[in-house]
Amino acid sequence: MLIRPKEGILDPQGEAVERALPALGFDGVANVHVGRMVELEVEDEHQIEPMCEKLLANPLVEDYEIQLIGSAETA
Amino acid sequence: MKFGVLQFPGSCDELDALRAASLVGEAELLWHGERDLRGADAIIVPGGFSYGDYLRAGAIARFSPAMESVIDFAREGGLVLGICNGFQVLCEARLLPGALLVNANRRFTFRQLRLEVVNADTHFTRACSPHQLLSIPAKHSWGRYYAAERTLQEMSERGQVVLRYAPGENFNGSLEDIAGVCNEAGNVFGLMPHPEHAVRELTGASTDGLLIFESMRAAVGSVVA
Repeated sequence: MLIRPKEGILDPQGEAVERALPALGFDGVANVHVGRMVELEVEDEHQIEPMCEKLLANPLVEDYEIQLIGSAETA
Repeated sequence: MKFGVLQFPGSCDELDALRAASLVGEAELLWHGERDLRGADAIIVPGGFSYGDYLRAGAIARFSPAMESVIDFAREGGLVLGICNGFQVLCEARLLPGALLVNANRRFTFRQLRLEVVNADTHFTRACSPHQLLSIPAKHSWGRYYAAERTLQEMSERGQVVLRYAPGENFNGSLEDIAGVCNEAGNVFGLMPHPEHAVRELTGASTDGLLIFESMRAAVGSVVA
């Protein structure tokens, strides 16, 4: 799960990184956002969305994206 | 009248809250793992770093057994005060609207602040006069109050904005200078500053925080009477 601040919500961490990069010579950087990643193994992938809604993200202020990597059948 | 003060692993202001509450009534600590609120007439969710603030401040504490009981208690009209981390817990529990985000200055900040009492007609502020300025300290990293625009408008119309930072005091970037809010029913109140650290002249820069606890005692007294 990738969890990031919703668009339009002030992201002071992203702004600080955006200001730091040009100081190191990396120009042309814009729209930096810092979020977090949660990795887990789960038997029933249908549980992932309710997990995000209930605990892993705060849907009032954060968006989340789910990436499935492999499954029990293919492992 | 008895206050119950929750204690989570990582709480750090529960003893100050206990002492502040005991200046106006009885007060008892309630361990987070217990569902029994021991007959408390009002609940205080204190400041600190419950469960290490892992994931998001208040996100895990909100699911503790004691909080499940507090949610039922609040839905039945019981008085609940959340201070700092307690405010974050009450927002995560959806007992209060909105969320607390990282300070706009990204820094932990500790300051004695002036707060304006916007609504002096609540169970938590009735001992204050309208527009009174309270001197109360704040100390936090995640205190920027946020709610969607429409929510903010509804809250303002319903008198749910209880305290605002006075001009020049909003160091964390809270929307509309909001420092403390209550729910629609008016029985749940959360604020980022710490009234429990402003109750004695010896240890605080003012005793204005007592007004919050005195208001709660009077509110419980009037319900019981």
